[in-house]
Amino acid sequence: MSFIIDYYNYWIVVFLMMTGFYIVISANNLVKKIVGLNIFQTSVFMLYITMGKVSGGTAPIVAEGVTLYSNPLPHVLILTAIVVGVATTAVGLSLIVRIKRAYGTVEENEFQNEDDAI
Amino acid sequence: MAVLIDLVLLAMLAITALRVIFLKDLFAVVMLFGIYSFLSALIFVSLDAVDVAFTEASVGAGISTVLMLGTLALTGRTEKENKHSSLLPFLVVVVTGAALVYGTLDMPPFGHPDNPVHEHVAPRYIEQSPKEVGLPNMVTSVLASYRGFDTLGETVVVFAAAIGVMSLLGIRRRSEDETPESGLKEHQVLRVVAKLLIPFVVLFALYVQFHGDFGPGGGFQAGVIAAAAFILYALVYGLPLAFQVIGPKFLQLLAPFGVLLYASVGLYSMFKGGLFLDYNTLASDPVAGQHYGIIIIELGVGITVFAVMLSIFYAFASQAERSNVQ
Repeated sequence: MSFIIDYYNYWIVVFLMMTGFYIVISANNLVKKIVGLNIFQTSVFMLYITMGKVSGGTAPIVAEGVTLYSNPLPHVLILTAIVVGVATTAVGLSLIVRIKRAYGTVEENEFQNEDDAI
Repeated sequence: MAVLIDLVLLAMLAITALRVIFLKDLFAVVMLFGIYSFLSALIFVSLDAVDVAFTEASVGAGISTVLMLGTLALTGRTEKENKHSSLLPFLVVVVTGAALVYGTLDMPPFGHPDNPVHEHVAPRYIEQSPKEVGLPNMVTSVLASYRGFDTLGETVVVFAAAIGVMSLLGIRRRSEDETPESGLKEHQVLRVVAKLLIPFVVLFALYVQFHGDFGPGGGFQAGVIAAAAFILYALVYGLPLAFQVIGPKFLQLLAPFGVLLYASVGLYSMFKGGLFLDYNTLASDPVAGQHYGIIIIELGVGITVFAVMLSIFYAFASQAERSNVQ
């Protein structure tokens, strides 16, 4: 049982990562691909935060009577990564809007066909 | 008990992600993504990452979802039937996943205090930062002081993303002769509730901004929350009114102002004889100098994030309104 608890978080992270990866490579719709990328991204965040956790520790804010804190460094890295993540997602979504305007579709095979026709 | 909560939440997260694969209705996909973000925020809380949870709840569940819905309004809400075989992607994913699971067996066990990740710089941050920087929230100390360069870079990236969105979409102001057909005029309850809520959301954003040194929060979260308040206003009362409150031109000045404010603190500390972003030189007492430095750079981060998030929303929303009129 302790073996499962020791590695459960990592396995879920791998599962989420692969779910996101599957959506990215199998989905035909570009918006869905972006959702897949975001799921992938969040799984990486989860991996970092999992590594920063110390059993029996608490959030890294100084409080009286507390000696064991979780690692603050992964928190800093991921906090900024989330905000940068939404900014890059916005750039991706605006590219999709431009593709829709140029081709009239956001389904990958359809605008590829149009490209081939040219 | 904490372990049980962790197990259940992670399982719910996995189920939510799995459901996204099979849904063809993109509106439902985006809503599930919002739920997924909220669940991850809960897991971050149970893993002691309160600052991260704060950011994920406001960014992932709030702003990302709104932007994706804005895109769906322009691109249509159903995915077409895919004729490709999904066997090859499935095989790729299973093989990669199996290799990664094999790799996790070499990872140090979850939550162990002697794990390598806790032995490098973390002990110094935990033991010294309350004395050196003088702030109870170690995440803020590391973010704004020890890793100030990094955060400056992230702020510039956020600003660059805004430039990208602006050059791809731009914000279209409607011309005078069109009749404004935006906002939710029929929904009286929404309009009243929004009007009551918005001042408190802005107040909360200011609290998060200036209390971030002592509790969870800081410039990134505060900027996003403040932007969410104005996005709510724009959604309920329509873009033209929102443009009168905070115009896109003003935001275009605000976004670089935050970055420059941040960088100017670094230049000022060089001017005072220290290194770039060395806050110790800002005041005669090093700890007081750290306080001044952190408050100003967090303000710069907050201003840039607020301006960038709101102008990105304006860009998407003005596109959607344009296509509605057509």
